[in-house]
Amino acid sequence: MRYLPLTPDDRAEMLAAIGAPDVDALFRDVPEAARAGDLFDLPLHAGELEVERELAGLAARNRSAGSGPFFCGAGAYRHHVPASVDHIIQRSEFLTSYTPYQPEIAQGTLQVLFEFQSQVAALTGLEVANASMYDGSTACAEAVMMAQRVTRREKAVLCGGLHPHYAATTRTIAHAEGMEIVRLPAAVDGEAALLHAIDGETACVVVQTPNVFGAVANVTRIAEAAHAAGALLIVVTTEAVSFGLLKSPGAMGADIAVAEGQSIGNALNFGGPYVGLFAAREKLVRQMPGRLCGETVDADGRRGFVLTLSTREQHIRREKATSNICTNSGLCALAFSIHLSLLGEAGLRQLAEANHFRARELKMALHAVPGVEILTPRYFNELAIRVPGDAAALVEAALADGVVAGVPFSRLDPAAGLGDVLLLAATETTTSDDIAALTRSLQRNLGR
Amino acid sequence: MSMNTVGRPTRPEASSSEDRATLTGGRGLLQDEPLIFELGGWRKTGVDLPVVDFDASDLGDLVRAEPIGLPGLSEPEAVRHYVRLSQKNHAIDLAIYPLGSCTMKHNPRLNEKMARLPGFADLHPLQPQSTVQGALELMHRLAHWLKTLTGMPAVALSPKAGAHGELCGLLAIRAAHEAAGHGERRCVLVPSSAHGTNPATAAFVGYSVQEIAQTTDGRVDLADLAAKLGPDVAAVMVTNPNTCGLFERDILEIARLTHEAGAYFYCDGANFNAIVGRVRPGDLGVDAMHINLHKTFSTPHGGGGPGAGPVVLSAALAPFAPAPWVVHGPDGLALQEEASGEAAQAFGRLCAFHGQMGMYVRAYAYMRSHGADGLRQVAEDAVLNANYIKARLSDLMTPAFPHGPCMHEALFDDRWLEGTGVTTLDFAKAMIDEGFHPMTMYFPLVVHGAMLIEPTETESKRELDRFCEALRALATAAQAGDSERFKQAPALAPLRRLDETLAARKPRLTWRPEPTAVAPTP
Repeated sequence: MRYLPLTPDDRAEMLAAIGAPDVDALFRDVPEAARAGDLFDLPLHAGELEVERELAGLAARNRSAGSGPFFCGAGAYRHHVPASVDHIIQRSEFLTSYTPYQPEIAQGTLQVLFEFQSQVAALTGLEVANASMYDGSTACAEAVMMAQRVTRREKAVLCGGLHPHYAATTRTIAHAEGMEIVRLPAAVDGEAALLHAIDGETACVVVQTPNVFGAVANVTRIAEAAHAAGALLIVVTTEAVSFGLLKSPGAMGADIAVAEGQSIGNALNFGGPYVGLFAAREKLVRQMPGRLCGETVDADGRRGFVLTLSTREQHIRREKATSNICTNSGLCALAFSIHLSLLGEAGLRQLAEANHFRARELKMALHAVPGVEILTPRYFNELAIRVPGDAAALVEAALADGVVAGVPFSRLDPAAGLGDVLLLAATETTTSDDIAALTRSLQRNLGR
Repeated sequence: MSMNTVGRPTRPEASSSEDRATLTGGRGLLQDEPLIFELGGWRKTGVDLPVVDFDASDLGDLVRAEPIGLPGLSEPEAVRHYVRLSQKNHAIDLAIYPLGSCTMKHNPRLNEKMARLPGFADLHPLQPQSTVQGALELMHRLAHWLKTLTGMPAVALSPKAGAHGELCGLLAIRAAHEAAGHGERRCVLVPSSAHGTNPATAAFVGYSVQEIAQTTDGRVDLADLAAKLGPDVAAVMVTNPNTCGLFERDILEIARLTHEAGAYFYCDGANFNAIVGRVRPGDLGVDAMHINLHKTFSTPHGGGGPGAGPVVLSAALAPFAPAPWVVHGPDGLALQEEASGEAAQAFGRLCAFHGQMGMYVRAYAYMRSHGADGLRQVAEDAVLNANYIKARLSDLMTPAFPHGPCMHEALFDDRWLEGTGVTTLDFAKAMIDEGFHPMTMYFPLVVHGAMLIEPTETESKRELDRFCEALRALATAAQAGDSERFKQAPALAPLRRLDETLAARKPRLTWRPEPTAVAPTP
């Protein structure tokens, strides 16, 4: 077995040093009834070639996003990631290190986390950010729990444009804690309903922009209404590239901003691993979940970084911790941070503009398709359209033309009654040819 | 696993090592590396992007007017920055990483290669299911292996890490109690030696937590458990092998008492690597157990994640598993994504999409490489290595539980340091100067000055001997009164001891421009 260094001679020598007759003696505390005698009914060990063959065979049965016109978004986005990003994250010292509990020999990871936190704070327009969450949806749920701790209120109002998976995740966790979750009906523009739903019992208002329908909103009025009622405003973003072009959550009055960071530095990976971004106003820092990295000095007065404010965390506070999170998304945060360092201020803006440019091209092309109604007034890189008939069937039909036409809204929320709504995203990877193939397919399948 | 070092903030002595100072701050191959904010340019970029004919008329006043404040680096500068930083990290690829309960084992590179195949990495979670049959098949095979290895009938794959898996298990338990009309069960029993995530998760789910006492031989106190089990108890959470590195000998009795009291038995599977292939948790009466794929099945820890924490479930809890999961449909495999139909009792969704696919590929490649025989050998070698370390150090250091074998990790206390003036922390820091990463310190909390050493099965005898020789030399030095060596340590690491008290008292969590700096104008 190529991964096991001990030889039979080693094992015999070691057993002798221990004073055990055989390895079974080391398992003597396992009750007799619970010892598995035989090998389990699974294949025996396999060489690299054999494993590679099996997995390559499985991979070949999937259609990768890059293999043709592709318009899926809805919380995960296909972007080009520079080759150097993946190369650096495979450095042994990043890939195979643990959580940086011994700061003297983990300054690499710690400095990266400090830089990551600084980048996330800047992007979101807020003062502090943590060292990452599992993904955007769990970050959203944690933000709602944090609002409960800050306000000591039990009600969260979720806007109708919040990604249905985020709403479901938040409901699962917040409901367990006894919170009341008010989820407004799915709507491209839900501001009026949201303003109406805020009251003196509200702990937080959760607004997504760009929302699941691709709609970009100015949430300043919602922030004012939330604050007037003593509630916090949580702004959710599932497309982190949009920060490069749009007003930041902090600038619009958000108290907490959470986002899915996958778009920057990370592959689609069929849904994970991703990286949750979590930022907040400085005065809320002691109620934040997750790890925080802070600056300090060493015994010689040299600058260094450590994990800090750990008294919020489960390994110190146990049942009184702000969250149960332990492992986070360190390596995905590293990929995010490298990609963002490569982009910089100028590159991120250019990338965001390229995305919006493609979405605008997509919008104009869809506009020309008879029967298609564009539902998203102001968009970043994603649009919701209404089609005659069932959007899921249309996606299946387009597949026969070699086009992955987007995400039918019914897949995210079958109960919403929006079976004719299709979500389409365009990014810098989308070409004019892709858009032409899409519109040809839609025209054909919509029977015009 | 977490280490409790930060529970005891350290404030290093302000002694100087000026004799070692260089003129530039660099040290040999180690550069003094600034932050990207100090290195980068506001107009610089390391990515060549198409220049487009940008038209903001569809966005109006939503376009950002203020600069973000992000530095940019060219590719050579970026590569150098991160490679220089990487050199300040310890890694399992450099040497043994003996963090008890963290399971730092070799990460096979084949697994990295497989996870990067475009057929896995470049798949969108919401593309049509007919285009991802291979991915669903992989999830299905992974689930089969996990169920077979644990002897459990069901598995929920989506939890994103161990603590997320605990949440999944406890939510399933809660849903099962509520479905049976036993919503009044609001208490979870947890041994005092448990990982911090256990009580934190129970509290997160809205349960109260009560501690179970430990016997003098490091196991659950059955009498105390029996006394605390009652109609208010929803679940008992036990780690097995436990955090003292010991197998719970009375595990069958723990399960029996728990079930008799109408509660569910949650097993923290963080240490499953010690028994994989030899013991099936299903045979122990477990109702739910999370499996840290990043521990037992060697997906890389990546400096703190990502992990993956699938949860195996008993027949009683299986109906409450969260969406989504893979089912056989009329057109091949399909994802059951909504809590309806046959999933009507599911407690909901734990995250967007379907969990950590990238980790599933790596873990599956690891399992297939080892096979049924190799996985059993994994557990045996992990346990053998830990017992070897215990045997080689027990004459100088004091094992917390000297009688009988340990499982995959060897636990020492600090009695042997009494009177030397050296603490567990000092000893750990001195290990750094000798080129070793310290063991887990001050955890579990039930042992004074704990030092928990987990070698894993991927260490050779030669590396174990090198490690034991270093610890023996250090122990001898401590007992000989050479306490200065320990108090000043580490002296040879990229940095000396850091002032954690300062960091916590005046938190600086993000870079701020110096007052004199010119604001960026993109």
